[in-house]
Amino acid sequence: MNESNELQVQNKKELESASETTVQARYFVPPADISETDEELTVVLEMPGVARDSVSADIENDKLTIEGRLDFTKYEGFEPVYTEYNIGHFKRSFVLSNKINQDKISADLNDGVLIVKLPKAEAVKPRKISVN
Amino acid sequence: MLFYRSDPFRALAEFQRALDTHRGSDWLGARTMASGAYPPINIFRKGEDYVAIVELPGVDKADLDIEAKDNVIRLSGRKTPSYPEKASTHRRERVFGTFDRTISVPVKIDEGKLKAEYRDGILALFIPRAEEDKPRKIEVA
Repeated sequence: MNESNELQVQNKKELESASETTVQARYFVPPADISETDEELTVVLEMPGVARDSVSADIENDKLTIEGRLDFTKYEGFEPVYTEYNIGHFKRSFVLSNKINQDKISADLNDGVLIVKLPKAEAVKPRKISVN
Repeated sequence: MLFYRSDPFRALAEFQRALDTHRGSDWLGARTMASGAYPPINIFRKGEDYVAIVELPGVDKADLDIEAKDNVIRLSGRKTPSYPEKASTHRRERVFGTFDRTISVPVKIDEGKLKAEYRDGILALFIPRAEEDKPRKIEVA
């Protein structure tokens, strides 16, 4: 990675299939980095403005859904004069190809970056097979 | 800004609409040629002062530099990944690198009282308007 890269604006992507509500508030899709080791899958998501207690992650039918809710009451009394981006809650789902040990999922949120660690279930960890 | 406390979804939708209405407004005038540069900035009026809200997730506070002179504010820094690189990668969507952006606001600011807060990946710059720049109420005799 070239460290002297000049950062370019990444336009925020809107979530297209948020569940229907009577008044449609827009959700955004957080950019993600996903990596894997023998032990676990790590999902890193950028959700600026989301506090630690406003994140949920759950797995249902091998689908991981992560939601981060923005506390926009902080904007109360703020009258926009010039804007370049919009704000909203974040939501994103991934279909997992590995079996995950759900009891051991951990998540950590720092500076708007959520790191979810999904340990693989014992049964799917690669086993070393010795050849006689 | 009006908030419908009873219905947060509606309140958010209204606020999103208000943000859209001011997208790239001419408030910064021709003074800022850096529109579209990183990081993206929203500017709000709060009472007589202004607040700039900047999305900067994953930046170490120590890597963030803020300078202010007259009505010019400069934001620079770097965003570096902090992963152990031995893992195999499935997705890389986050961007890393350096940034340097200068905005000049069309009001006189009290630079001595400029305040910056970084929390949850959001940088908030509280831009106090200089006393002499505030509109004065004129009494009609």
